[in-house]
Amino acid sequence: MAECVRVDSSTSTHTMDKSITLPPDEIFRNLENAKRFAIDIGGSLTKLAYYSTVQHKVAKVRSFEHNTKEAASDKLYEISVQEEVTARLHFIKFENAYIETCLDFIKDHLVNTETKVIKATGGGAHKFKELIERKLGLKVDKEDEMTCLIKGCNFVLRNIPHEAFVYAKHADSEFRFQTTHPDIFPYLLVNIGSGVSIVKVESEDKFERIGGSSIGGGTFWGLGALLTKTKRFDELLQLASKGQHTSVDMLVKDIYGGSYGSLGLTGDLIASSFGKSATADKEFSKEDMAKSLLHMISNDIGQLACLYAKLHNLSRVYFGGFFIRGHPVTMHTITYSINFFTKGEVQALFLRHEGYLGAIGAFLKGAEEDNPNQYSWGENYAGSSGLMSVSPDMNPMQRARSGTFDMLEMDRLERQLVNLPLLQDPSSYIPDTVDLTEDALAREYWLYCFEEALDGVVKRAVASQPDIPEATERAEKFRQKYRHKLQTLRHQPFAYGSLTVRSLLDTREHCLNEFNFPDPYSKIKQRENDVALKYYQKAVKSLEELSWEQRQFALVRGVLAGNLTPSVPCEQRPWLVDSYDQWLERLKGPPHKCALFFVDNSGVDIILGVMPFVRELLSRGTEVVLASNSGPALNDVTNGELQILTERIAAMDPVIQAGLREDRLTLVQSGSSSPCLDLSRLDKVLAMVVRERQTDLVIIEGMGRAIHTNYYAMLSCESLKMAVIKNSWLADRLGGKLFSVVFKYEVPAGKPSQDSAALTPS
Amino acid sequence: MDFSLGAAVFYFHPLKCSVKLNRSFPWFGMDIGGTLVKLVYFEPVDITAEEEQEEVENLKSIRRYLTSNVAYGKTGVRDVHLELRNLTMCGRTGNLHFIRFPTQAMPRFIQMGRDKNFSSLHTTLCATGGGAYKFENDFRTMADLELLKLDELDCLIHGLLFVDRVGFNGHPECYYFQNPSDTQSCVKKPCTLDNPFPMLLVNIGSGVSILAVYSETNYKRVTGTSLGGGTFLGLCCLLTGCETFEEALEMASKGDSTNVDKLVKDIYGGDYERFGLQGSAVASSFGHMMSKDKRDSISKEDLARATLVTITNNIGSIARMCAVNEKIERVVFVGNFLRINTVSTKLLAYAMDFWSKGQLRALFLEHEGYFGAVGALMELLKTTEDP
Repeated sequence: MAECVRVDSSTSTHTMDKSITLPPDEIFRNLENAKRFAIDIGGSLTKLAYYSTVQHKVAKVRSFEHNTKEAASDKLYEISVQEEVTARLHFIKFENAYIETCLDFIKDHLVNTETKVIKATGGGAHKFKELIERKLGLKVDKEDEMTCLIKGCNFVLRNIPHEAFVYAKHADSEFRFQTTHPDIFPYLLVNIGSGVSIVKVESEDKFERIGGSSIGGGTFWGLGALLTKTKRFDELLQLASKGQHTSVDMLVKDIYGGSYGSLGLTGDLIASSFGKSATADKEFSKEDMAKSLLHMISNDIGQLACLYAKLHNLSRVYFGGFFIRGHPVTMHTITYSINFFTKGEVQALFLRHEGYLGAIGAFLKGAEEDNPNQYSWGENYAGSSGLMSVSPDMNPMQRARSGTFDMLEMDRLERQLVNLPLLQDPSSYIPDTVDLTEDALAREYWLYCFEEALDGVVKRAVASQPDIPEATERAEKFRQKYRHKLQTLRHQPFAYGSLTVRSLLDTREHCLNEFNFPDPYSKIKQRENDVALKYYQKAVKSLEELSWEQRQFALVRGVLAGNLTPSVPCEQRPWLVDSYDQWLERLKGPPHKCALFFVDNSGVDIILGVMPFVRELLSRGTEVVLASNSGPALNDVTNGELQILTERIAAMDPVIQAGLREDRLTLVQSGSSSPCLDLSRLDKVLAMVVRERQTDLVIIEGMGRAIHTNYYAMLSCESLKMAVIKNSWLADRLGGKLFSVVFKYEVPAGKPSQDSAALTPS
Repeated sequence: MDFSLGAAVFYFHPLKCSVKLNRSFPWFGMDIGGTLVKLVYFEPVDITAEEEQEEVENLKSIRRYLTSNVAYGKTGVRDVHLELRNLTMCGRTGNLHFIRFPTQAMPRFIQMGRDKNFSSLHTTLCATGGGAYKFENDFRTMADLELLKLDELDCLIHGLLFVDRVGFNGHPECYYFQNPSDTQSCVKKPCTLDNPFPMLLVNIGSGVSILAVYSETNYKRVTGTSLGGGTFLGLCCLLTGCETFEEALEMASKGDSTNVDKLVKDIYGGDYERFGLQGSAVASSFGHMMSKDKRDSISKEDLARATLVTITNNIGSIARMCAVNEKIERVVFVGNFLRINTVSTKLLAYAMDFWSKGQLRALFLEHEGYFGAVGALMELLKTTEDP
C-alpha cells in the first residue's frame, strides 16, 4: 500500500564495510555553498538532496570601442573570462549503513548557517530523526511520502528528456528510452514498496491514490525469506533469476496436456501459482520457489495496474519503488505481465532516476519559496553517475557498485526551455538521427572517435589558457573524467538515457566546464571571424554581379563551403540528397514571411556563408530570425559573438543595417550550449518570436544540427537542411562519400507549394 | 436488487431431451480439474421391474458401489450433504450424487474403468475440465473409453443455472451474507438468483477464471489469475508442512494473520489519512516476515491464516475491479476453494461490500465446485448420437 518502508535495518546493515570508497568531497560536492537540505531514508538506501551555487568561469565577448579600434589591435572584439554563479541541485544516494559517516562529513563542511531545517521523507525518516537532529543541529521536518514521490516524478519527467524507458531483456539494448510527451499529465504511478500504491496524477498538485494491493515487495521479501531461508532482498532476486518456475507452478499444459485453445490460453501460461507444491513428498529448490514467487507477484501487480489503467483510461503507466529500482529481473517480469494483460496496448515504463523521486520531492517542498518549477533544469552529465544495470549476469561492474555512491546533479538553466512551435508532432519528435544504444556498430564507432579526438581536445583546452600554469593539470583531469565517462558508456550505453552523438558532445562540454575550460575555441573563433570579416564586402560584391539564378546557387554553395575546410572543393551536383531544383522553383514564388535560421560555425561559415544568404532573404522581403547558441560549444558562433559580428557587418552593409533598424533581422539565442540541436528544448523567447513573426521557413545548417540531429525532424512549415558530411563513416552509412552534400528542402504534406520536394537521395 | 426469498420466481427450463426417456444408464458427468476430479452420478430411483431385469450386472454393481459408500479408496469422497434427491432429469427420477477425488488419482480411476469393463456399458462419458484433454488418450488406450470432451466454461454456466433452477432439495441453492462488514451480526442468508443476468462469475479452483455472463449462452472470460486455491494449498504445504486442504483450513481457522501481515497502522501508527486508508487495512502481505526475529517466532497457524487471507483478498480485489470495469453489480463466487471455507466466503462478502461502498454484492452457491460436472452430465442428456 502507500508506504515505502523498505526493510528493517537488521537486514541491510549486515556486513557493511563502513569506509567510503570515494573521497567524500567528490561525493558531497560543493558542500560549502550548500543550503536547504532534504533527505529520503528508505529501508536500505538514503538519498540526500541539497541546493548549492556553483561558481564557474564563462567566456564573454565584448566589442572594442570603435574609436579605439586601431589603438587596441586588429582584433574584432575582446574575450574575457568571468566568474558566474549558477544554481545546482545535488542528489546523493548511499546505503543506510553510511548514514552516520555522511552526516559527520556534512556537519564538518557545512558553512551556511542560515539552514535550520531539513525536509525528510521515507519510511526510515522517523528512525533516524534523532540522529540527524543531533548530528546536524537541524530540525527534521517530515513530509508526506507520496506527495514527495509525485513531486519528484513530475520534476524528472519535465526536466530530463530521456527519463522514462521501456525495458526489453533480450533486445540489443535493455533500455529503450522514450520521448517524454510535452504534456506529462495524466499518468499512473505504480509504486511497489512493501505494498503497492496506484496513484493517478492529473496535474502538478492533483493526484489521487486510486487503488493498491498488499501483495508487493514486502510479500516477495517476507514470503521469499520464509520459503528459501534467504534473508536479503537482492539475494532473493538472484535466486529467482536462476530458477525454473515450471517445477513449482501448475501450467495450463499441466492441466490440459497442451493449450486451452478455445480461450487462447497457451500451454505455458501459469494456471495456478505454486499449484504443484501442494504435496508433501517433493522437495523444491530455493531458486525455483523464488522464481515462482517473483512471477506470482509481478503478474498480480501487472494485472491490477492494467485494470486500473483501463478503468481510468490511462496509457502512461510508470513503475517505481524498491521492488523495481533498476532490478532487471523485476522490470522484466512486470513488463511481461503488462504486455500479457493489455495485449501490448499499454507499455510498462520505468524511470532512470526512480530512486531519487522522494528526495527530489522533499527538496522541492522545502524550496517552494524559490519556486524551482519556474525554471528549466538540465542533468549535468559530468557530475551524475548515470543508470546502471544491476544484473550480475549483464554487468560485471556490479560487484564494484556495492558501497559506492550514486549521484545526480541538475543545473538550473538560464532560461525556460520549450518546444519549437513549428514541430509537426512534438510528442513523437526525436532530435537524434541515430540512437547509439540500439545500434551497436555505430556506438562502437563513435565511442572510438571521441576517444581518439580526446588528445586534440585536451591540447586545445590547454592552448586556450596559455597564461594559466595549472591549465595543463586541469586539462589532464578533464581527460580522465571524460575518458571514464566514455568507458562507462561502453559498458552501459544507457547510462544517461539514449546514447547519441549529441549526448557524447554535450557530455564533453559539461566535463570541460567542470574543469573551467568554458570556451577552448574562443581565440580560434575570434581569429577566424576577424579574417572572414575582411572578405565580406568583396564576397557580397561578387554575388551581386551574378544573375539571379546563378546567385541563388552561389549562396547555397557559400553556406555549404562555410561548412568545409577551405581546401576541399564542394561536391558536384547531383548531391547525395538534392532538392535544390525544388528550392529554386520555390524562390521564384512569393517570398516567405519569416525565416528562422539556426546557425553553426564561426568565421567563414557565419560571415561569408550565412550572412549573404540572410541578406538575400531580407532583400526578397523575408524577415529573418538568426538563432545561435546561448553558450559556447566547439567553434560554434555564440549569441554574444554574433551580436558583435552583425553590428560590424551592418556597418559595411546597408541591407543588413536596414534589416536591423527596421527590426526585420533579429538575433535570438537558442537556449542551448550544444553543437547539436534539440528542437524540443529551446529558449522560450525564441518560441515567442517564432510565433509572433509567423515563421514559415526553418533553415538548419551544419552536421551537428542537420545530420546528427533533426535529419528526420518533421516541421509544420517549409524547412531547409544543409550540411556537408565531414565524416567518412557517416557518409558511408548514408550511402555517400566523404564531403557529400545534403540539401534537403521539405514542404509539409498538405501545404500549398510551388512544387513537391523530392526527398529521396538522388 | 432484492435477494429476499419472498420475491422468488421459480424459473423452470425443461431439459431438452433428444433421446426419449431411454438414454442408457449409467449417467455420469465429470469435471477433471488441475487438483480435483468432480464426478456427478445420477442414480435412477424409478427403475421398473422390467428394467431391473434387463440391467446388466455390471451396471448394478456400479450403482451399488457408488450409493452405498461415502468414501472410495483412500481419497475419493461422496459429499452426501450435497445430494439432490428426487430430481427429475430427462423424464427420469433419481438422486444426484456428488463425488470428488484428487486428479493425481486419475490413473487409478482409469484403471478401475478398465477392470470394471466400463466400455461394455455403451454409455458416453462426458468430461470437461483440462483433464478431459489431458487424459483423453489414457481413457482410450487403457480403458477403451471414448470421452466426449466439453468446454469447461460452457459446462460451468449450464450446470450452475440448472442447479439454481431446481433448487437444493426444496431450499435455495444460492446464499449471501447479511451485514458482511460486521463480524458480530454477519449471517448467511439464502436467496435465489431471480434474474441472474448479467453476473460476474468468479470460479476459484486451482487458479481463478472470471466470466461476465449475460445469458445462458452469451458470456466472456474477462480475465483470470494464477493466485487461486492451488496457490493457497501449495504455499501452505511449503510453509507449514501440511498435506491437505482440510488441514490447511483447520490451521488457518486458528491463526491470526496480523502477526504475519504489516498493517497500515504498523507503518503509520494509525490511519493513513492522506489516502483514507484505515489503520487495520493490510499494507503488505507477509510484510512482517521481512524481519528475521518475527520469522523465527511465527506459528504455522498464523502463516496458514495469512496465506488464506492474502489469496482471498487478492481474488476479491481483482473481482471487484472486473465488476466495475464490466459494470456488473452481482458477483457470484464458485469453485472448490470455497468448500468448508467460511473465512474466505465472509472475507469476500466483506471485501465486495466495503470497497464498493455497498454497490456490489457477493453471492455464493451451495454446490461450490460441482457445476462443471453437472453441466457435463446435462450435455450427455442432450447428445443426439446414440452409442
